[in-house]
Amino acid sequence: MQTAVLTAIIALSALALFSSFLLAMVARAFAVPSNPKVEEIEGALPGANCGGCGLPGCSELARRIAGGNASVDACPVGGDGVASKIAAIMGASFVGGAVRRAALVLCAGDDQVAEKRFHYNGIRDCTSAAILFGGDKACSYGCLGLGTCAGVCQFDALHMLPNGLPEIDPVKCTACGKCVTSCPKNIIKLVPVDKRLHILCSSHDKGAKVRKICAVGCIGCTKCVKEAPEGAIAMQDNLAVVNYDFDIPDTVAAACPMNTIQIKVMDGSGEEAEVKAAAGGEA
Amino acid sequence: MKTLILIIVSAVFVNNFVLSRFLGICPFLGVSKRIKTAAGMSAAVIFVMTMASAATWLFYQYILVRFRLEYLQTVTFILVIAALVQVVETVLLKMSPTLYRALGIYLPLITTNCAVLGVAVLNIQKQYNLVETTVFGFGAAVGFGFAMMIFSGIRERMELCDIPVPLRGTAIGLVTAGLLSLAFMGFTGLVKQ
Repeated sequence: MQTAVLTAIIALSALALFSSFLLAMVARAFAVPSNPKVEEIEGALPGANCGGCGLPGCSELARRIAGGNASVDACPVGGDGVASKIAAIMGASFVGGAVRRAALVLCAGDDQVAEKRFHYNGIRDCTSAAILFGGDKACSYGCLGLGTCAGVCQFDALHMLPNGLPEIDPVKCTACGKCVTSCPKNIIKLVPVDKRLHILCSSHDKGAKVRKICAVGCIGCTKCVKEAPEGAIAMQDNLAVVNYDFDIPDTVAAACPMNTIQIKVMDGSGEEAEVKAAAGGEA
Repeated sequence: MKTLILIIVSAVFVNNFVLSRFLGICPFLGVSKRIKTAAGMSAAVIFVMTMASAATWLFYQYILVRFRLEYLQTVTFILVIAALVQVVETVLLKMSPTLYRALGIYLPLITTNCAVLGVAVLNIQKQYNLVETTVFGFGAAVGFGFAMMIFSGIRERMELCDIPVPLRGTAIGLVTAGLLSLAFMGFTGLVKQ
């Protein structure tokens, strides 16, 4: 009995040893030199394999960049820093300057201010909830607050607050766009971090309906449109939408009767805390 | 020659590896959503199974039998097949990058596939000689590919069908596989062995 076990162990070990030697020999004899740039570029990439660039992973993007099939700034996560490193590896010149972006949830209707239509008791996932009559929020455009976006974030930038809304840390956010596509209500957008004024509502409902179901929704009064520079805020189906090509003065926020317009400092310079709109913001 | 043809017909139709022996169900369900991937997988399986049959037969006859280690058959076969596939993959990468790109992603997937191991064990059980072994391995793999192509074709068409929600995906896939298997059972009795 014991000898049988011993023989088996010895035989198997010998076989394993032999095969590994064989594999090592073959690997050496048939080694294929790969483009060293690929490895270098892969080292420079964030290595998060998030898919933000649209390719299956960082190594695939590295291969594409080395082969000249992708631009040096193809990684949306790495930003200018990574792009300039890759440009150095590739011997290409790279002029940065594109403003970093961060995700922002365009809904301020937390559990206190937004009405609910029914008590949702299903799977704790926004997509599942959205399938069931569009979710429990009375506003059919609003955030369902079940944290599907927080679940897909690989960069620890998105967390659910106790009031049922996600909070995005604009410093950690890399604009990979995963949360944007995960949201069944399509209310997360990538916005440039150097802009301060945001309209936190996605509802296209008429003002009278919004008033009934949400205390902070856009009622389509167009006051902000009139206050802001020409073209900076536009009405789209009863919803005021910011055009981020413009610089809008903070004072415009005060014009909003619903307090939907918020000032957010996202570039990480002066604290992430929300700066409440100036005089009249609480009205 | 007659025996060899009988072996092939038997392996492809009568004792089809997937549909009547129920070996290799994992890739059968896993990579059968598109005909293209199914074809790639089938090609890789044909390649590996033919080679593995011959290699394991030689290994069994000249090493295991000689050292009276027949009882280690299953374990050592896994090792031999895995090592063989790895070697072939490395050689392929150097010798034929085109073939490597076509088979590359499937090769590691099937190193420890039960169909590959199954064919190796069956060869020994049936006491085939080297030629019969290789032909049986090839035939079994062709049978696998045959089932894959039929199944992936059905699945591609099924995408357009209005399937009841609880049955969508793997569930309807298994039902289809069962029906397909029933159809293949009709070949029983075609070859009298």
